[in-house]
Amino acid sequence: MQIATQAGISAEIGAIESAHRGSGLEHPQPSLDYAPYRSSLLRHPTKDLHHADPERIELWAPCFGPQDVDPLEADLTVQHSGQPLGERIVVTGRIMDGEGRPVRNQLVEIWQANASGRYIHQRDQHPAPIDPNFTGVGRCLTGDDGSYRFVTIRPGPYPWRNHRNAWRPAHIHFSLFGTDFTQRMVTQMYFPGDPLSALDPIYQSITDPRDRALLVAAYDHDVTLPEWCTGYRWDVVLTGSHRSPFGQEEA
Amino acid sequence: MTLVPTPGQTVGPFYGFALPYPDGPYLVPPGSPGAVRFHGRVLDGAGQPVPDALIEIWQPSPRGDPVRETGSLHRDPFVFTGWGRAATDNAGHYTFSTLRPGGERPFLAVTVFARGLLDRLFTRAYLPGPGLADDPFLAGVEPGRRETLIAVDEPGGLRFDIRLQGPGETVFLHFPGQRPGTARPAGR
Repeated sequence: MQIATQAGISAEIGAIESAHRGSGLEHPQPSLDYAPYRSSLLRHPTKDLHHADPERIELWAPCFGPQDVDPLEADLTVQHSGQPLGERIVVTGRIMDGEGRPVRNQLVEIWQANASGRYIHQRDQHPAPIDPNFTGVGRCLTGDDGSYRFVTIRPGPYPWRNHRNAWRPAHIHFSLFGTDFTQRMVTQMYFPGDPLSALDPIYQSITDPRDRALLVAAYDHDVTLPEWCTGYRWDVVLTGSHRSPFGQEEA
Repeated sequence: MTLVPTPGQTVGPFYGFALPYPDGPYLVPPGSPGAVRFHGRVLDGAGQPVPDALIEIWQPSPRGDPVRETGSLHRDPFVFTGWGRAATDNAGHYTFSTLRPGGERPFLAVTVFARGLLDRLFTRAYLPGPGLADDPFLAGVEPGRRETLIAVDEPGGLRFDIRLQGPGETVFLHFPGQRPGTARPAGR
């Protein structure tokens, strides 16, 4: 396949969004079949997802506890002997279910590029510097109010080969567990005002701008700390729990 | 439901230094009493292996109960937590060491993540055996596709291949509240 230009990809993105706008349907989740993201072409199911009522094990989620996660893992800037380069940030927020109930004591994992847009991954050969003081992996457990908090470095944008001159907006990957297995999700948090977001087929695979906006953190000056870091707030809503209230006592 | 769920996104290609961890695939030590291999390949629409997929399993105990034990990330080899994570290798192959789940018509709940896959996929790997035909859920799946949800018994383990697209495409699931393409609620 001939490699597309950004103009070509942007036209595809625009056409899909226009078609969606006229449909009157809600698609809060990304389209699995989203051709502007070329890697999805052979990896999206072609049949409709089959409806299932959660049963047995799916009504429960794995448990994580203090032996799974060291509190230091929530600070990505202290994992090496020196301070990583870049803008130090705090990212915090709450994990809730669809009814607004806090998701307590569940695992939140993040991973990201460094300030120069480089991942510590062998296949990432983007010629930007590796930061010996930054790996880009963090974990924490949510608190009783469903809150999480990471100290990290603002990641840089980086190029990829989806199309000519494709650059991903800066983002942090999040992996989340709910109280039911069916709430499991992986997503990406983006930064406000990023000029690359409108051009990015992964972010744009969520066709409604109101839903896309749910992935953008807010700058929060009350999270910012004097002479130390800037602060961002980002809340996550998982789908609803299907377990009966009676069965939730242990959760 | 009152809140709109946050959309998912792909894990991308570079999760390998973050999500997999040494004991992730070993819910029980390989070779320990009762240990079985649960493994298979992840294939794309061209039948090619997907070398950058991540598979998670979540299953009941051999007695059929949901497991309420912590310690999946730092395993005590004597404690079964029921949850595991494995990345596919260059041939698109994943392997877990686990115990056979118990209960009536038991299954392992499986989650699939991959570059190119914009949101996670859920499926079920039923243990082969009598009684599956009576299962109300399986009975609702069209006959030609039902077997994609049933693991294959082999010496020492269970094989469960996952086809993301094309002939033999695995049946993937959505649960209530996750239905794509529903009418937008008023007032949003």
